[in-house]
Amino acid sequence: MREETAVGIGAPPAISLKHVSKTFGGVHALDDVSFEIAQGEVHCLAGENGCGKSTLIKIITGVYQPDAGLVAEYFGESVASMTPNDARRRGIAVIWQDLALFPEMTVAENIAFETLVGGRPRLFSFGKIRAIAQKALASLEVEIDLEERLGRLPIAQRQIVAIARALVSDARLIFMDEPTASLTQSETNALLAVVRRLSARGVSVVFVSHRLAEVLDIATRVTVLRDGKLVGVYPTEGMTQSRLTELMTGTRFDTAVAARDTANNAPVLEVRGLTRRGEFSDIGFVLREGEVLGLTGLIGAGRTELGHTLFGMTRPDAGTIALDGRVLHLKSNRDAVEAGIAYVSEDRLALGLVQPQSIADNLVLPVLGKISNRAGLISRAARDDLVRHWLTELAIKIGHPSDPVATLSGGNQQRVVLAKWLATEPKVLILDSPTVGVDVGARAGIFRIVRKLAESGLAILMISDEVPEVYFNADRILHMAAGRIVGEYDPRKFELPDLEAAVYG
Amino acid sequence: MARFFRASPTESRLLLVLIAICVFLSFASDSFFTLVNFTSLLNNSAINLIWAMGLLVVLIAGGIDISFAVAASVVQYVCVYAFDAIGGGNWAIGVVLAAGLGMGLGFINATLIHVFRIISIVVTIATFNAFFGLLMFLSSGRFLYNLPDWWTRRILIFEYQTADGTWAELTLPVAVMFAAVLATWVLINRTTVGRQLYAFGDNPEGARRVGVNVAAMQFIAFGWMGAMAGIGGLMQANIVQEVVPNALIGRELDVLAAVVLGGARLGGGRGSVLGCFLGVLLVAITQNGLNLLGVSPFAFKMVVGGIILVAISMSNLDFGTRARHRPGDDREETA
Ligand SMILES: Nc1ncnc2c1ncn2[C@@H]1O[C@H](COP(=O)(O)OP(=O)(O)OP(=O)(O)O)[C@@H](O)[C@H]1O
Ligand SMILES: [Mg+2]
Repeated sequence: MREETAVGIGAPPAISLKHVSKTFGGVHALDDVSFEIAQGEVHCLAGENGCGKSTLIKIITGVYQPDAGLVAEYFGESVASMTPNDARRRGIAVIWQDLALFPEMTVAENIAFETLVGGRPRLFSFGKIRAIAQKALASLEVEIDLEERLGRLPIAQRQIVAIARALVSDARLIFMDEPTASLTQSETNALLAVVRRLSARGVSVVFVSHRLAEVLDIATRVTVLRDGKLVGVYPTEGMTQSRLTELMTGTRFDTAVAARDTANNAPVLEVRGLTRRGEFSDIGFVLREGEVLGLTGLIGAGRTELGHTLFGMTRPDAGTIALDGRVLHLKSNRDAVEAGIAYVSEDRLALGLVQPQSIADNLVLPVLGKISNRAGLISRAARDDLVRHWLTELAIKIGHPSDPVATLSGGNQQRVVLAKWLATEPKVLILDSPTVGVDVGARAGIFRIVRKLAESGLAILMISDEVPEVYFNADRILHMAAGRIVGEYDPRKFELPDLEAAVYG
Repeated sequence: MARFFRASPTESRLLLVLIAICVFLSFASDSFFTLVNFTSLLNNSAINLIWAMGLLVVLIAGGIDISFAVAASVVQYVCVYAFDAIGGGNWAIGVVLAAGLGMGLGFINATLIHVFRIISIVVTIATFNAFFGLLMFLSSGRFLYNLPDWWTRRILIFEYQTADGTWAELTLPVAVMFAAVLATWVLINRTTVGRQLYAFGDNPEGARRVGVNVAAMQFIAFGWMGAMAGIGGLMQANIVQEVVPNALIGRELDVLAAVVLGGARLGGGRGSVLGCFLGVLLVAITQNGLNLLGVSPFAFKMVVGGIILVAISMSNLDFGTRARHRPGDDREETA
């Protein structure tokens, strides 16, 4: 699959960076890391959540300054300090993990924003902006209404806008920080094709992804970080996923089907004939106590929409939802929370957290009642206990509970969201794509938690488009396609490839 | 038309409300729908509109300015003494001097905000007090009447005698107001700087990462506001033909209310010249109408407060587009 690069032997590296360290308060985000990327190379940065991948990108692009100053070469030129604007001028573009888009502006403006910065103030034309944006989207083979306000797009489309934005400039080096986290398979394939084209033209790409198959497929070399330290740089030739995982985590993970027999457990959530026009129809299933029910299917099958309805965010046109034998009439998600349903959404960054607030405050947000005394005042001790409990339970790596959530790495933010909902002690937990953007080690951690929660009696509906995830971790699997449930599988009786064939068809 | 509605829901809603009020007032009072009344409405709104254009730019860039009306008074005083010192002056010098002085005061705000990382509301409340204190101290509260002739002369840009013999006139400040509106429109809609201002107000960290010069944004926004404040001050003295130290104090909140009514968002990233224009006019017309209907001026503030509450809650409801669940706009609900 790999194509030869267009840059000759002996060309200087696109970027070479020596001995960078960066600390935030007490956290060593990067500890004496050196990094090099060749021109035209597709290079992957791999490592667990919080190992410093995004921080490294931010240092190279001048968003953060390294502790001891910058010692670097950019395209053969020595550089001692960097600013975002300078990085842009040198032909570096970034797809940020948190996208860094402008929700109030249109899709076209967001994509072509690059052409609006730098240089003297000048007039511009909307027509040109649209043309540039259109071209970038076309190269990704997608269509998005250019005049739509960005804030109205679902997360997956925003991700595409962020990708398109990086393609607008004639960048010589593009950083892609988890660009595929919320993309469908076909969108991902289109992106990977673009990466290959760029590389063939001599553009270097630094690719960050927790989907190791993707990494091994696209990259020629991979730089592995662990806890802010450089583990090593490896060619992907001959590298396997399990070896890479081992390098990233320092331990091995085994996979085995975890399904148990739950058919005799008491039913908790009973759904009958649930229909919402244009989204899903005639959905019926029973979720039992202590059961992990996997719900899989392609993106667009209506899984997330079903999740929203079960959580009271949208109303069904027909059908019933019953909890513990009592039919629920959910008017809002507040009703759902009160009834004992918790929902960890797919778009955690936008929906789940109050970014500038502290980790502790975010975590206790839905349970303020529980940690308050009679007078309605929050008990500090109760709060700290609760926070400590969940931080250790989910192994969340943080500096201090009073730090703003915004300072956490993407994957650790997701665990905070999970902790927040678990603290409500729900009867039913709906997890929508719980491992998007979460590294292998943390995935294993999250699934361990999921199992543990199930064993303590919680009923869990786990939505995921990654079939292996549900296969290895669910007790039972529902397959959804075009808004309907089209099959039910017991992982103990099926092989993974058969299931994958059925779903990906 | 449908496109305008979709692209500018706030503006189109304001326009409808404005039309409704005008239709109502036309029937309720026979002096409302007359050329004389409309020209005097424009004359009376000109200063607020000039200031509103400055404030709009600050709000788009995610800031707020409480100090501009007092800054305008400062500019008026300095101008009187400066013209005296150079023995007269003229409109060209006056406009340049007023705009320059105002911009200088705006830069003080920008410096405090950018260099010391203090939020704009705190900075401008402080400079509001500092400017006003200094002004009262140095002027000892004196009124100034010795303005140069050119400054106080009424210049008409339009006049027309109506059938009943009264004159409909537009004065110089209206022309200046239209120039300010046009310039602001070009700045925020047609220049790259304008897009950067929106982006900076919308997502400051994102803007910084894509290479927007954050310091420049603060200086441009508060400099523009300052220049508008100064020019507005110059024009206000042209209308009232005197300079009074506390004449303008309090106007900042009226303008702020009108600009917010026009759809500019406290917090940045949203706002348009048209909306801003309509917002100021809506307040002015409501006041005018209540006057014509003989309603007490005290009731007026109450009514304006009510209008603003309704306008803001309507824009939060976002009619029609809200039927389906949309991520991003629903933060509060799922958090
Ligand atoms: N602005 C900041 N203030 C404080 N701590 C920070 C800040 N930015 C990053 N950190 C910390 O530095 C460490 C590295 O974070 P970084 O975002 O680089 O991780 P990452 O490898 O990108 O992880 P992920 O895969 O989850 O995105 C984390 O422990 C994080 O909490
Ligand atoms: Mg990251």
